[in-house]
Amino acid sequence: MQSSLVGKVYGPTEPYLVGREKIREFARAVLAQAPLSLDPVAAQAAGYADVVAPPTFAVLIAQRAEALFLFDPEAGVDFAHLVHGSERFSQERPIVAGDSLRATTTVSRIRSLGRATMIETTTEVVTEHAEPVSTVRASFVIEEARSDAA
Amino acid sequence: MRPEQQLPEIVEGAALGPIPVHLTRESMVRYAGASGDFNPIHYRDDVARAAGLPGVLAHGMLTMGVAVGPLVDWLAGGDPGRVLDYGVRFTRPVVVDPELGADLQVVVRVTGLDADTIRASLEVSFDGRSVLGAAKAVVRR
Repeated sequence: MQSSLVGKVYGPTEPYLVGREKIREFARAVLAQAPLSLDPVAAQAAGYADVVAPPTFAVLIAQRAEALFLFDPEAGVDFAHLVHGSERFSQERPIVAGDSLRATTTVSRIRSLGRATMIETTTEVVTEHAEPVSTVRASFVIEEARSDAA
Repeated sequence: MRPEQQLPEIVEGAALGPIPVHLTRESMVRYAGASGDFNPIHYRDDVARAAGLPGVLAHGMLTMGVAVGPLVDWLAGGDPGRVLDYGVRFTRPVVVDPELGADLQVVVRVTGLDADTIRASLEVSFDGRSVLGAAKAVVRR
């Protein structure tokens, strides 16, 4: 992959309206037991407008912008050999049902690891009014196709 | 809260767990729908094998997502909004057997405390081997 892609920006994506039932569905999928993610009454009693997203929920919004990069013909990502290397969420403020969020992904680093390439992306998740919500850093490893593969 | 767990006092070095987490193929179908990650290596054995994998794998993000639950319950008082930072490396795949599923063990450990934050590490293992590296979180007190 060309290192000239470093610094390329993808997005912002169209606003994603975070639904109460989506947060609850996601919370159940990650076996969350926190009532604040499941019960609007508990969330409101704790001072939130509605249910609060689990810590990794921002991936739903971030991956929309990451996909613009991963499917960019200029990047030429080989999906058959793509592995998710790492993920990190840095939260400016919690995501709550009712938020309308956009994501913008920047290719922050590309480096060769011999037969593989590591790509790092930084995705900023912000509200429609451009207030920062979450920074999502991801890395992906693409193995070079092996000539001896069956 | 997990009623079966007596939550330890939050002091440096304190640990919660190991907490068992059971994943099944259904867990992955559910996570695929909830997250929008429909990569077939997480539900089709033929696609997983063609990619050179031993079988269908749990989404790394599913492992990351389930591992932080006990941390939210213990260190963030059940408030996911207090988890300021959470990062992991995916170091080893979790192969989910169609009949037996996969059993993870999660240990949460307090690595530091200051006036405003709690720092913690997560140890997540499958078949006795670690599957996440450098799994760390920062929680607002």
